[in-house]
Amino acid sequence: MISRQRRAREMSLAYFLLLPSLAIFALFVFYPFFKNFYLGLFRTPPFPGLPKTYVGFDQYSEVLSSSEFLNSLKTTIAFAIMTVPTGIVLGLGLAVLAHRQLRGVGIYRTIFSSTVATSVAVASVIFGTLFNPVVGLLPWLGIDPRPPILDNPDLALPAVAIVTIWQTLGLTFILMSSGLQTIPEDLYEAARVDGATPTRRFWQVTLPLLSPTIFFAVVVGSIFAFQTFGQIDLLTQGGPLKRTNVLTYFIVTSLRQQNNDGKAAVLAVALFSITLVLTLIQVRVLERRVHYA
Amino acid sequence: MGRVAFVGVTKRFDDVVAVDHLDLEIADQEFLVLLGPSGCGKSTALRMLAGLEDVSEGSIEIGFRGDMNNVEAKDRDLAMVFQSYALYPHMTVRRNIEFPLKSRHVPKAERDELVADAAQSLGLEALLDRKPAQLSGGQRQRVALARAIVRRPTAFLMDEPLSNLDAKLRVQTRAELIELQQRLSATFIYVTHDQVEAMTMGDRIAIMNEGRLQQVGPPQEVYDRPANVFVARFIGSPPMNTVAGEVVGDSIMVAGTAFPLPGPLAAAVRAAGCAAVVLGVRPEHLEIGADGPLPATVVVVESLGHERHVICRLDDGQMVIVRIQSDEAVPAAESTVRLSADPGQLHVFDAATELRIDA
Repeated sequence: MISRQRRAREMSLAYFLLLPSLAIFALFVFYPFFKNFYLGLFRTPPFPGLPKTYVGFDQYSEVLSSSEFLNSLKTTIAFAIMTVPTGIVLGLGLAVLAHRQLRGVGIYRTIFSSTVATSVAVASVIFGTLFNPVVGLLPWLGIDPRPPILDNPDLALPAVAIVTIWQTLGLTFILMSSGLQTIPEDLYEAARVDGATPTRRFWQVTLPLLSPTIFFAVVVGSIFAFQTFGQIDLLTQGGPLKRTNVLTYFIVTSLRQQNNDGKAAVLAVALFSITLVLTLIQVRVLERRVHYA
Repeated sequence: MGRVAFVGVTKRFDDVVAVDHLDLEIADQEFLVLLGPSGCGKSTALRMLAGLEDVSEGSIEIGFRGDMNNVEAKDRDLAMVFQSYALYPHMTVRRNIEFPLKSRHVPKAERDELVADAAQSLGLEALLDRKPAQLSGGQRQRVALARAIVRRPTAFLMDEPLSNLDAKLRVQTRAELIELQQRLSATFIYVTHDQVEAMTMGDRIAIMNEGRLQQVGPPQEVYDRPANVFVARFIGSPPMNTVAGEVVGDSIMVAGTAFPLPGPLAAAVRAAGCAAVVLGVRPEHLEIGADGPLPATVVVVESLGHERHVICRLDDGQMVIVRIQSDEAVPAAESTVRLSADPGQLHVFDAATELRIDA
């Protein structure tokens, strides 16, 4: 009896203490989330001022089966495939290089991680200048960049991917470096005495023990890639020929240019679902690998 | 051939001298224990031998190959057991044991056979498909040993391999290691801070302190004839009593009592010509009796079951420990007792140099 009373008291105190954060979540996360889902059930009128019409899930199936959406999804996936693996390989390579007790290695670590402190806007402006057909890197190298890279339907998405890889490299480097630091030094020493070459030590010790970190970086990087907006908006505005029209940009143009909040809401739910799936995979797999060390 | 030698080896970390001109030769098939308190340089010496640390000065010889300073760890043909065991956590026991063989491109059939042999000799057959996280501390230790013995290297290096085991398992594994070394007829270089391990396992003990080698010799010799005050106090449990004394004629005065020295030792002390000495006597060579010359006050009596340690304070405040059998009468705390020492078992050290004065 006593313990049940005490339990009830403790529970009510716990809920009371959780109340402030619950209130903030409700106001800024749960309410907008459900409201957005709800918006997707209404068709936005072609002219402002006309009443919205309830169409149930018709709009969901329409938008999600439209070629516009499927193309945007393809573009987004292509973008993720271009940015994530390359970014991780580069970040891991730099982290392995900088993971040594050498004089002055701190300078390199600072340089390698510095892009973390660079905003998307700054990165976009830097690369926008480099890609510029008149004052950019290519004319300076004597190469004729015509059509200009960012206007070239085949090169625009890879170009934005390069900006993104560069901009996220700092974060990947920091992630990989911290992952390397969790690998006990004596494993490398044991491997050295056991006759393993540096290459074998990398493949047999470093990579397997870093796999949870790499996996984390893949999932988080994919989520970032799916939410890329700034560099698209600043460099290509979804063009040329919608070749860089990634999901977030598609959502924003649906809302901004077409004033179609019903369509934008459906797209937002789609993007949310993809992110949710990626997050669930992440949680599941990481849970299974926790007992590692 | 499993001969290993340190030739004038020095290791400096910035301003700190971790190992200072170490000269030590370990014979083929010898079990040498490097013993010393933490920070004495014993592990650094072992790591230099393994090639995990560079040598600042001097050279290391392995087998009949000369100077190994420019030979990488992987090419030194040694095996090492780490204090942490350093098992590869993502590999099964089998793959852990196999690792040194794979590194050296041993063919698969031979590899399987060698792994089976090593696993069998350490009783690991049933655990081959487990991962280290699923093993107990003792089992992990065996896997680390198996990974070392799966090859026949020039020498086996062991860095405090038993210190993470509980006391009971440590005693058992100690015996197994001795047996293993004899079965393999291999050279073992074994680092420990535990003098019981050193006494029980080593063919010879090399005692280090503050980077310097203090004494090398068979365990009994080191115990019976410690070369200096440090070794005298380090070897033995409870440690040797060392009290300050003064040379008066052929005797040594301690706390107002004269201890006559046996003839040859008295002559040696006279020849050494020092006035202040440190007199050493092991707790088992002190006796409590009514007619002992040295008065002392009992501070505390520790009972270990099979024996008792009587901790006494001399009149000048110096403390000594007396070991008595459990069936002897126990003196009451704060009571006054009279101690006598076996004159043949006295050790005399020069107080200035702390070196042993030998008859």
